[in-house]
Amino acid sequence: MSTVAEKLYTIRYKVDEQSHLIIKDQETCLNCQTKECQDFCPAEVYHWVEKEKMTSVAFENCIECGTCRIGCPTYNIEWVYPKGGHGITYKFG
Amino acid sequence: MANERFDAIIIGAGPAGSAAAYTMAKAGLNVVLIERGEFPGAKNIFGGVIYRKQLEDIIPEFWKEAPLERQVVEQRLWLLGEQSVVTFGHRNEAFKEPNNCWTGLRVKFDQWFAGKAEQAGSLNIYETVVTELLREGSKVVGVRTDREEGDLYANVVVVADGVNSLLGKALGVHREWKPDEVSLAVKEVIAMPREKIQDRFNLEGDEGLTIEFVGQTGGMAGLGFLYTNQDTLSFGVGVMVSDLKRTRVKPYELLEGVKQHPMLRRLLQGGETKEYSGHLIPEGGYDSIPPLSGDGWVICGDAAQLVNFVHREGTNLAMTSGRFAAEAIIEAHAKGNFSREGLQGYDRRVKESFVHKDLKKYRGMHALMHDVDPNLLFDKLPHAVNEAAYQMLLVDGVSKAEKQRMAVRGITAAAGGAMNVVKLGIKGWRAING
Repeated sequence: MSTVAEKLYTIRYKVDEQSHLIIKDQETCLNCQTKECQDFCPAEVYHWVEKEKMTSVAFENCIECGTCRIGCPTYNIEWVYPKGGHGITYKFG
Repeated sequence: MANERFDAIIIGAGPAGSAAAYTMAKAGLNVVLIERGEFPGAKNIFGGVIYRKQLEDIIPEFWKEAPLERQVVEQRLWLLGEQSVVTFGHRNEAFKEPNNCWTGLRVKFDQWFAGKAEQAGSLNIYETVVTELLREGSKVVGVRTDREEGDLYANVVVVADGVNSLLGKALGVHREWKPDEVSLAVKEVIAMPREKIQDRFNLEGDEGLTIEFVGQTGGMAGLGFLYTNQDTLSFGVGVMVSDLKRTRVKPYELLEGVKQHPMLRRLLQGGETKEYSGHLIPEGGYDSIPPLSGDGWVICGDAAQLVNFVHREGTNLAMTSGRFAAEAIIEAHAKGNFSREGLQGYDRRVKESFVHKDLKKYRGMHALMHDVDPNLLFDKLPHAVNEAAYQMLLVDGVSKAEKQRMAVRGITAAAGGAMNVVKLGIKGWRAING
């Protein structure tokens, strides 16, 4: 058994200083009944922080699949590619 | 890079983009191939099968030089029960000559293919994101990149930017995909000594095999795969995004869960996970294909939903669409007409080929997946088939006639009654013969 953290550790990342994933409106997340991005994201990027009433975005984990772009029920995620040469680099693919 | 002008700009150095760049460069066109990754393949994964025919049409005898893993001589389909399996499969020495397909890994393969385009004369630029298509009126005239002074101009732009195709959307060629038009596949590359792979999978030398499995995806529409490479295994599972949303199952937990199945655990044990990856697969089929060309642009591969998910074919459709686009652009170049009419040769070629015909044949599959409870097709039915097989083979004093009745009853009950079995049969038949 390997955890998602162990899985992500197998990928080489070149992390940009700036996030390529932006929550358009945190208010929309607050009102979101499902907060399902926490489940369908294969890289555990999204986490609802109850104390701060906001979705935290660990963009440095992102494997650039695009599931959140399509899966977010309110299309509340602004999704672009990381800057050229940044983000994931697979070794096998 | 400022103000350079090309015959064609190709966006994305995957199989579609490299096929297009290679074909045009070889014909003497001045082309530039732009890739956002550190190198071609850096961002790409697939299950991994590379088919001979469509690549051979572009590069004859490519297998003598291309980085391929194993030649596939056997393909298996497994219907999984919770702790059981009903197997189907076909193995044939005839798959070696001519070779039908190989397993592969995209980091090596895509670098090789883009390198071939470069050798043919394409200018390849990596680590560069195309952020925008430049337009004059309705005509696409170039691209804007995230490089300084990074505008490039050309007579035609080949949009081969993959399943997310932000540029296709910006162009208004297609709307956003719906969650039931795409699957999320998560995969691991698992290292295992070459000899162990050969012994476990009954292979000699470079022989390889593929296994697809259905039935343990938690009632989600999807399937898993296990392919043999030289000294690694490609193992993964893909499920429809709409079902992930419905079930709230985490993709990596689904992958870990299916690894524990007795049939798979034995094949994987002792292996070391070298890489985890994930990617979307376009599964909208025929009715999700956007217009393929317009004034100064064409769209190819995953970006145009050209995937036959029933036969898990994608890279071959991508390569063929890239080649067709290139051939049409070469014609347009000769005539000096890059308008929608001038590029119609691309649409025509696709329409006359297996790409269009195969996707049309399975046109109804998307509706079938939509109409029929995935829990029935991907969980209850495979499990009922397993139970029926178990009962038929179990010698416990119950008569064979009674066992047969029980088997039929079990499968009928899983489908929700005899009428539903018939309806499902008819729907299924129509879906695969559109």
